[in-house]
Order: sequence, then structure tokens, then C-alpha cells
Amino acid sequence: MNDTVQVIKVGIADMNIVRTPYHIRTSGLGSCVGVVIYDQGKELAGLAHVMLPDSTLAKGGAFNIAKYADTAVKELVNRLLKNGARDYSLKAKLAGGAQMFQFSSSNDMMRIGPRNVEAVKRELAAYKIAIVGEDVGGNSGRTIEFDPKTCLLHIRTVNKGVFNL
Amino acid sequence: MSFLEKISTVHLDVLKEVGNIGAGNAATALSTLLNKKIDMRVPKVRVVSFDEMMEMAGGPENIVASVFLRIEGDAPGSMFFVLSLEQASTFIKEMTGDSQFSFEKLPYDEIAMSALQELGNILSGSYLSSLSDFTKLDLYPSVPALSIDMVGAIISYGLIELSQVSDFAIVIDTALDDDDYNGPKSVKGHFFLLPDPDSFEIIFRALGVTENE
Repeated sequence: MNDTVQVIKVGIADMNIVRTPYHIRTSGLGSCVGVVIYDQGKELAGLAHVMLPDSTLAKGGAFNIAKYADTAVKELVNRLLKNGARDYSLKAKLAGGAQMFQFSSSNDMMRIGPRNVEAVKRELAAYKIAIVGEDVGGNSGRTIEFDPKTCLLHIRTVNKGVFNL
Repeated sequence: MSFLEKISTVHLDVLKEVGNIGAGNAATALSTLLNKKIDMRVPKVRVVSFDEMMEMAGGPENIVASVFLRIEGDAPGSMFFVLSLEQASTFIKEMTGDSQFSFEKLPYDEIAMSALQELGNILSGSYLSSLSDFTKLDLYPSVPALSIDMVGAIISYGLIELSQVSDFAIVIDTALDDDDYNGPKSVKGHFFLLPDPDSFEIIFRALGVTENE
């Protein structure tokens, strides 16, 4: 990895797609899930920073589709297909869904990390997209960066260092 | 949606006062605990996007020590006490007398973590009880949880309730300065209070401000 690569940043509850030579990155995933869907042959990849499992949780009218697992995966797949990805060659990698704080509280919202992971997997299965790599759960934050050329997902955590998936 | 559309400068001033009273008491508690002078900045109340909220605490990848607690009772919400690692280790050294402590060594020392958690407990407890006195609302803190990690990973936890309703947060931010600290002069700690969406109306009503003011 050389230092001059251009990195597209994705914020919280946000999504974007990139082609080689760009990398795509999102920082500080806690209970949120970063899902990368890519077509290696086309060197095209999309990343969504998902915050909540299900858009039916949305209270009020208009909502941000990148925020929810169900709507984000759908929109990401649509955008990739529109940009020339082939649906049969789409694969996915995901990271995040940590339990940052341990609470005895029965509040379901505190289990949001695992619920986000389950929801993203359910959506990917509905589109028959294979998950080729995942680093989910645990209790540490993650920063992830994806290179659509090598299709490696670079994961950095505070306590467990750096590795590629 | 609704509370953001209706919010006025009067409402923001009320929330600023909430931050002032809460953090003022917490700063006094901290000052007593450490027997030194602590400066508090005038609270800022801002309506921010989630990304801007991360920037307020130093950016999503910035590593911090944070105590998080849920507020239960009449006006639920989330509260964070965020410290830079330098400041957290200064506090730990002063409380435990262990001058060797460092965040570089893993795993973290158990006594040190317990001291830091207790510090957060005392400070957020005094913040909350003064808030409760001021508003006459029943507010109970959950047992505080400590985490040393990236800002993005920590703060997003407090945004979960809000994120179901809106893409913006109203955050009451009070920054603390430590006078004795010899390093570069910058903000050393933050209190972030993030009321749940439905709590704003309850807080305003308790303070005699009507929603359409």
C-alpha cells in the first residue's frame, strides 16, 4: 500500500462506492456495522456504515436509507449494479457490531451491535451475496479500509492492532 | 423530527443553563476530589449531525477514555464524560499514587481502571443530581461503564435512541480545563449530555418553558 492512494471517507450512517485506484474507508465503528460489497473483476466496491438494524424502527417520515441495514444493503447493491457490477459476482465483507459497554440493563437497544450484524447478514442472504470475510462482535472499535483491486479489508483496532481480512 | 423543527433560541438558552448547572457541580466535585483548581468553559449547546458530533470530541478515530451512563427516570438520555488519554492518566496517577501508570501497557491496571470509573461515577452523579434538583425531575443514573477506544465507536452508542428519529443530535457540551497541567493548553475533558428525543419536551415543561415559545 503506498502513501499516495486516494481514500474516499464514509461517515456515520453514510455510504459510497469506489473504483480502483481509490480506497474506501470508514472510521470508528462501534455497534455500527461496516459492510463492503464488491465485484473483484470490475474492481468496484461499495461501503455502507449501518447504524440500526431495521428501517421499521424509523419514527417519522423521511429517513436516511444508509442508516438502516435493510435499506442500505438494497441501495448499495442497486448503485453497484448501475455502475457496471455483475450481480452474480458480488461478494461481501463486514466488520463492526461490537458491544462497547457491558450493561445489565434489559434494554434491547443496548444489544444493538449483534442485532445490526444479524440484520446485515439477513439482507445479504436475501440477495444471495456470499460473505467471504467478517470480523464482528467483541468489544472494541474498528476502523476499516477496503481496496477494490486486492479486495483486502484492512482493519485497525485500538487494543488488537492491525490486520487484513 | 418535531423537537428539532420547533426549537428556538430560548430553548437553547435553557439547555445551556442545564449544562451550566450540571457541569458546574461536577467540576466542583472534581476539584474537591483532586484538591486542585478546575476551570470550566461556558457550555455550548449545538444542533449537530452525527459526524459533527464525533468532530467535537476530536474526530472518530481519536482514542479517548470515556465513562458512559444511561439516564433513566422522567427524562431518559445518555451522558458521556470524555477525557484525553493524557488527562485520564494524570487523574489516575493522582488518585492511585501510581506514578508508573501508562495506557501503553496492556492489559490496563485493574486498580487504575476502577479509579477512573469511580471518577466518572462521582462526576456524572453530581451532574445528574444537580440537574434533578434544578428540574424537580426524577433522574437515575445507570451503573456507569468505562471504555477506552475510538470516539466514533463510543459516542455512536449514545446516538442510538436519537438516530431512530433524526439525523441530528442536540448536544450539551461542557469542556473542562486543568490548570496545573503543564502540557499544551487545550481542552482536557468534555461532558456530553444527549437527552432522548421525547425528553426535551419534559425538560422544557419542568422548567416552565412551553414548547412553542
